[in-house]
Parts: sequence; structure tokens; C-alpha cells
Amino acid sequence: MITLAALATLLPFLAAFAGMLLGPWTSRLLGAAPPAAQAFGTADGAGRSGAGGPEAGELSKTSAEDTETPGTAGTSPEPEKTSAEAPTMPLPVSGPEPAAPARYAAGDSALRGLPRNGPALIACLPMAVATVLALIVAVAVWRHPGVRTGTLTLIPTGTIDIALGLRVDGLAALVALMVCGVALAVQLYSVAYMAEDRRYSSYAAFISLFTAAMLLVVYSGDLLVLYVGWEVMGVCSYFLIGHHWQERANSRAAVKAFLITRLGDVGFLIGIFVLGVGAGTFSIGGVLERLPDLPQGTVTAATLLLLAGVAGKSAQFPLHTWLPDAMAGPTPVSALIHAATMVAAGIYVVARLYAAFAASAAALTVLGVLAVISMLGSALAALAQDDLKRVLAYSTISQLACMAAGLAVGAPAAAIFHLVAHGAFKALLFLAAGSVIFVTGSGLLRRHGGLRRAMPVTFWAMTIGYAALVGLPPVSGFFSKDAIVGAAWHAAAHGERPAHLPGGVAWLICLALLATVAVTAAYATRAWLMTFFGEPRAAFPAREAPPLMTWPVAALAVPAALLGFFGLGAPELRPHPLSALLSLLAAAAGAVAVYLVWNRDPAADPAGGLGPLRRVFERGFYLDEVYAALVVRPVRAAARAVLAVDRRGIDAAVVGVAGRSRRAGGLLRRTQTGDVQTYLTGLLAGVVVIAVGVVVLL
Amino acid sequence: MHAAYPVVVAALLFSVGVYGVLARRNAILVLMSVELMLNAVNLNLVAFDVLWRDRLHGGQVMTLFTIVIAAAEIGLGLAIVLLVFRNRRMIEVDRLRTLTEQTAPAGEETPQEPRRPAAAAAREGDTA
Amino acid sequence: MTAAEVVFALLGVVAVGSAVLVVTTRQLVHAALWLVVAFGALAGCYLVLTAEFVAWTQVLIYVGAVVVLLLFGIMLTRAPIGRVPRSGADDPLDSGNRWAALAVALATAAVLVTVLVMGFKDAYIDLEAGGGGAEPLGGSLFRTWVLPFEVLSVLLLAALVGAIVLSRTDIGARDEEDDGEGDG
Repeated sequence: MITLAALATLLPFLAAFAGMLLGPWTSRLLGAAPPAAQAFGTADGAGRSGAGGPEAGELSKTSAEDTETPGTAGTSPEPEKTSAEAPTMPLPVSGPEPAAPARYAAGDSALRGLPRNGPALIACLPMAVATVLALIVAVAVWRHPGVRTGTLTLIPTGTIDIALGLRVDGLAALVALMVCGVALAVQLYSVAYMAEDRRYSSYAAFISLFTAAMLLVVYSGDLLVLYVGWEVMGVCSYFLIGHHWQERANSRAAVKAFLITRLGDVGFLIGIFVLGVGAGTFSIGGVLERLPDLPQGTVTAATLLLLAGVAGKSAQFPLHTWLPDAMAGPTPVSALIHAATMVAAGIYVVARLYAAFAASAAALTVLGVLAVISMLGSALAALAQDDLKRVLAYSTISQLACMAAGLAVGAPAAAIFHLVAHGAFKALLFLAAGSVIFVTGSGLLRRHGGLRRAMPVTFWAMTIGYAALVGLPPVSGFFSKDAIVGAAWHAAAHGERPAHLPGGVAWLICLALLATVAVTAAYATRAWLMTFFGEPRAAFPAREAPPLMTWPVAALAVPAALLGFFGLGAPELRPHPLSALLSLLAAAAGAVAVYLVWNRDPAADPAGGLGPLRRVFERGFYLDEVYAALVVRPVRAAARAVLAVDRRGIDAAVVGVAGRSRRAGGLLRRTQTGDVQTYLTGLLAGVVVIAVGVVVLL
Repeated sequence: MHAAYPVVVAALLFSVGVYGVLARRNAILVLMSVELMLNAVNLNLVAFDVLWRDRLHGGQVMTLFTIVIAAAEIGLGLAIVLLVFRNRRMIEVDRLRTLTEQTAPAGEETPQEPRRPAAAAAREGDTA
Repeated sequence: MTAAEVVFALLGVVAVGSAVLVVTTRQLVHAALWLVVAFGALAGCYLVLTAEFVAWTQVLIYVGAVVVLLLFGIMLTRAPIGRVPRSGADDPLDSGNRWAALAVALATAAVLVTVLVMGFKDAYIDLEAGGGGAEPLGGSLFRTWVLPFEVLSVLLLAALVGAIVLSRTDIGARDEEDDGEGDG
């Protein structure tokens, strides 16, 4: 069992390196035609970074409002130059049917060309095998529940040894299966989505590496091994977000993501140390065993520090600002990293070490408060976004906050249930959004519209996804969200919560959850209506996405729809009537409100109804600006000061030594007058002195 | 006779010669002072020759040699002085300063190498 | 004090005194003439020290040739004749180095006199007439010291040739190309 889990982790890891080193060679080996000469980045600009570019362009606050690259509405198949800062003239809403962009042909032929596509095979085949292995492990754990651990070797460190080992239990097996499934879908999807990308092989390799790291986090039996996987995920996320690094905004977004999560990771690492040193071991099983013996202060300190890492990785307030900007990466990356896996890692760690968190009042309170702020704030922000991927990004923050709230009120099983369901439906939503962006050439909601008939598969899949997001029965979202809302209600009203959680916090969580459900329904309805209904707002050839993109989307729709029923076996995962009714009412209120506003003018954006608040929500309550003023500017000023000190102090000292030596030499030079008599005078005076010295001393 | 007499006279004569070499500006006067110094040395040589009653008369022979060399030297020295006078119309030794270190940075042409630029230009004419 | 010592002392005073005048006088020709006096006094000193041959050689060469040469030099370089008044920084006769030179000279004198007197406190010269005559000196010169003597004649030849070469005006500087090739 452990061996299978280890293999499942190892296969993507090896695939990553194989793909990085041997990708193009394998293609040639398989007989693929050499890639046509493509203008570096510009062909990408036509397709995917047309999705990445405008979104990234919107993120850099200096770009114009209309950031769509010209020509991607299909006016010409080979745009010669694209840029994120495009002219501000709007494209015609209606006009002659534009010609199909080159990316359509590439995407459609991706399936046919798959057997000769070396990097794709290196990426997809090991992933498929790993998924099968994860499935076997999950079934085995389901049939014979219990914890299995296995250690490869013990690394001696002088004080507390690090055990290179894995720990497979029900939680790990379930989450690993979800990770593998989503990763496989993303890999298949990317073959078509990134068909024209010149750097596809490195992209696929990084996705494989990322998957391996996430599996390491999930299966890890030792806190430091978990941290290794955690950090590798952070690095891969940086590389993947910055995949289209030709646009400056994309690499800036990648750096922002990396720095913010890194900031959290410092606290995370110190928390691991505190916990490990307190318990005398870093292995998760050992820590959980010795938990009752640890002093309260250690546990509180450790869990609060771990929460820093969780807040960073899982994009909770205040370390959440990286996630909307991270949409600059390709859409499959967003689906994998920012829906299902990396952001779920934080929640997963809390669930793994839940006994420690439940023992600390401060940790639970902090978690609850952060969750409340995140879920409401990001839901409101999602309501006002114009970019479809940013709506989904804020929605992710909000849903993660719901999971965190579930953890805070003492329902880890509900939280993990929602995590798995969210992984399925959010990945589904992102990939379907990618299909929409692929077809329309833009990520902005105000360029979509009327796609219901042109993209039927995508429409139905996305409808299921939105329904799961809102929590409508009978899709999985209903069950999982209701599990959390029910747990919160019971925690608040009936006091069935961890002993350390204050009652006020539980009520706060409960009310916030209900409000969030309403707002979630609102923004989901808005996005659904604006994308699929009404008339098209821009000119694009309306057709379904290529098959290699629609099949993974359709495949993900199945668990998104049916996963809820798998939870009926456990009592805490069954819907509770009162909480279910309350949340359905809230959802209905939100959805109906938005529908009414939309119905007045289907061509306009329903968010206009927010009035002056819209700007505030869209800017994420200006939190980025606050951080820029509070953190970025002082740090930059400090850096400039250090630079000035270095230049004027240290460099000047070093250069000044040279200058001073020169001057001293210049002074000495004055003795070389050229006057021989002066020389002789000096000489003879010296001789006399020496003679006197000799005579006197000897 | 006490040996101090010739020795002290020689020492004083030498010192006077030193003063003259270091203090006089005219080159001829400098040469005269050099002669004084050489004479002091000669006196010393003779005195010690007689003091030690050298059978080989090394001191006195050395004195003769010194005289000859001084004569040769002053012949050549005056030839040089005349050459300097021909070029610069003056023979003040402390105005002959071409040994001085130039205060301008290295790389500038220095006046004491008037023939160098042509040679250097001939060498660098290929690269320039 | 023996008679020899007295005579020697007087001659010494004359020599040193005229030497001082050589280096301090404001008249160039007078300097040359005082130099003659100094040389003459020294010749006398040599005579007292029984080195007759040396004394006559001194007179012949120094007084006879060297001073004449110096006078020629004074004339050929248009040296100022007559008393040259002091004119500060660009005085033609005395450089600004005077005081340093004086200090060095005094120090030299002090050191030398002290050391020599202290070193030769008990040395007495035994003066016997005839030791420095032409015959013994010539014999020594052409027997024991004949090789340096020959070398000296070569030196004189070199000095002669050198003086001629330096003084000829029709031998100019070497050509430019020769200089360049010599340097490369």
C-alpha cells in the first residue's frame, strides 16, 4: 500500500524530469513533424496569452480598461504583434463572421497528433498510471480503514531525526485521488489548450512536478517532508503562473504569488519546528500521539504559526491578494493549482493535524475570524469582477474560507468533503472557462454572451459547476456546503463545537456562511447569465471547443454532480433540514436578485446595479493598494536606502582608498623635483644620518 | 706630526666641497666644488700613505690616478656643460628638471620624450 | 707642535679658507682664482707630507690644466663677469638650496671630524724626507701599479674621444627611422 502510494508520487516526479530533458527528442523519435517556425510568444499571444495577456493586463493597474489583444476576435489568423496594452477602441459587436484563428486548428488536431506528441505522452501516461494507483490505494483504505505508515529511511540530524516516510489514511487517500484525477484532466486538457505553445514541454513537466509535490504533501508522514513538498509546490506555482513571462505583468504576478506564499511559509516552518521540537519528533503520527502531553503554550504557538502558512497557501485574508493576480497563468494551471490542489494544501494540513488545532482556542478563533473575513470579502469582490477567471479566483478564496470555517467549528470531515467536491467543480469551472476563453479569445465577461447554443457541452458542464458552487441539490456542492453550514448551525445554536471555540465566533461563522451563500449565488448567476445567455457582445466564431478540451470538462462534471451521494454513508455528511432550508433560501434570494437586474437589460452587466460600491468590490476593497503603501513602499525605500549606503558608504570607501592612495602618491611625487641638487642634498643628509647612527650605536 | 692635521683639513675641505655642490647654481661652480672634494680625498690618501709608510706607495700612486681621473672628468664635464649651454642658453643646474615627475596623468605626451611620439605613432599607425 | 705641524696648519687654513671663498664668492672668475690658491696650498701640504712628486703633479695638472679648463668654460658659457648681485630666487650663482646645503655640509663636517679625530687620536706620522720622490714613486708606478696605469691611459683616451664627440656641432642627432627601429 505504501509502495503504491510512493509509486504514485514518484511517477509524476520522474515524468517531470523526463519531460523537461527529453520532451522534444521524444517527439522526434515518435515521428512528429518539426514544429513550424512560430514567432516567439506572438502566436501564443493570439491564443492563450490572449487569455493571459488581457487578464494580466488588467491586473497591472496601469493598463487601459480594454486590454484585449487586437485581432484575437478572429480578424486575422496570424497577428504579427500583440501586446497587453492594446488600443482602447472597442471591437465591433456585430459584423461579418470572422475567420477562425489558427489556434482552433491546432486545438482540434491535438487529439489526432497525441500519439506523436512526446511531451504530452510523457506527461499524461505516468499521470494516468498514478491515478490508477491512487484509486487502488483509496479502495484499499476504504475496504480496510486504518492508518498505514512506511518509512524509507531515517535522516539523522543530531537532535530530532527526519523520517522519510509516508502515512496513508482515509483522508490522505481521498485527497490524493482527487489530486490525481484533476491533474490527469488538466494534463489532457492542456494538450489542446497549449497546442500552439512553444514551451509546452516545460509547462507539462512543471505540472507533473507540481503534482508530484502535492502528492508528497498529501501522503507525507513527516512534517519536514511535507514542508519539502509544500515548497516545491510554491516554486512550481511560480514557474507556471509566469509561463508567459514575455508579458511583464505575468512574471510580476508570479513573483507576487511566490513572495506572499513564502511569507506565510516562514511562519509555517517555524510552526513545524515548534511542534516538532515540542513533541520530540517530526513524524505526523508521533506528533499526534504526544499531543496531549505538550504544554498549551507550545500547541497554541505552533498552530498559530502553522496558520500563517495556511493563510498564505490557501489564500485567506490577509495573504490572499496573490490569487486573483495569479490568473495571469494559463487557465489549466489555474484549474489545477488554484482550484483543486495547492490552495487545498493548507486546509488539508489543518485537517491532518486537526487534533492540535482543536486543542487551541486561539488557533480556532483566528481561523474562524480569518475565514469569515475572507469568505464575505471575496464573495463581494467576485460580484464585481469583469474577468471570468478573476470571478472564479475570488470564488475559490471564498470557498476555501468556507472550508476553513468548517474546520473552525469542529467539522473536519465536512471541510474535507467540501474540499474534494470543490476540487471537482472548481476545476470543472476553470477548465470550462478556459474553453470559453479559447473560443471567444477574451477572458472578459463583457465580451461573452449567447454561447448557450454554440457550446452545448461546455454550457451543461458549467451549469453543473455553478450549481455545485451555489449549493443546489442534487449536485455535490449541495451536500458538501450543507455539511458545513449544518455543522456551523449546530456549533452555534446547539453548542456542539470544540471546547475551545468561543460561542460568539461560532455564531459569527454561521451568519457569515449564510450571507456568503447568498452572495455566491449572486455572482455565480451573474457569470452564468452573462456568458451563456443574451446576445454575443463581441465578434467571435461561435463553436464548441476542441474535443481534447471538452472531454476532460465533461469527465469532471460527473464527480461534480454525483460526489455528494458518496457522502451519505457518514452521518455528519448528510444534509440537515434546517440548515439546508436556510441556505437554499439565501441562495435563491441572491440568484433571483441578480436575475431581475439582468433581465432589465440583458446586454449590460448586472453588477452595474451595485452603483458606487462596484468599484470598491472590483478592486478587492483596495487591499492591494493598502499593501503597496504599507509594505511595498517601505521595503522599496529601505532597499534604496541600503543601496545608497552601499554606494556612498562602502563603495565610496573602497574607491576612496584608491583616491586617497593616489593623493598620497601625489604628495610623495613632489619630492621628485628634477633638481639634482635637491636629490644630492637628501642623499648626503641621509648618509650623514646613517654615519652618525652607526657611530653612535656601534 | 699628529695624524689629525691632514685628516681634519681633508674633512673640512670635503665639507666645503659638499656645500658647494649642493648650494651653487652655476654648473662650472659645481664642477669646481667637485674638484675640491677630490682634492680632499687626495690629501687623505697621501696622509695615510705617509702614516703607514707604504713600501708600494699605494696611497700616492692612487693620488696620481685620482688627479688623472679628475682631469678627464672635468674635461668631459665641461663638454657636457657646453652642450647644455648650446641647447638651453643657460647652465643653471636646478633649472635642468627633465627628471621631474609630471603631475599630469600617465597617457599624456611628456616633453622629455620628443622623439617618442614619432616612433610610437609609427608603431600604432597600423592600429589607429 | 713641531715645525711641520705649524706649517701644515697654516697651509691648511689657507686651503680651507680659499675653498670657502670658492664656494661663496659672488664673482665667478674670482672663484676660479681662489681655487688656484686652494690647489697651491694643497700642493704645499703635500710637500710638508714629503710627497714631492704628487705635489708637483698637483700643480701641473690641477693648477695648470684644470683651472684653465674651468676658465675656458666660464668664458664659453658667457658667465657673468664681475660681481653678481644677489637676486633672490633666480640668482645665477646660488640656488635656493643654500640653507639645506649648509646644514648638510656642517653635519658632514661634524661627523667626519669627530669620527676621524676620535679614530686617529694616537696616530703619529713619521716624516722622512725622500719617500715621495720621483724615483721611488716612478718605480712603484711602473712596476707594481703598471696595469692600472695602462687602464688609466685607456680611460684618458675615452675621455678625449668623448669630449670631442660631445663638442662637435657637425655631428647631429640620429635619424628618426634609426631611432624607431632601435626602439622596436
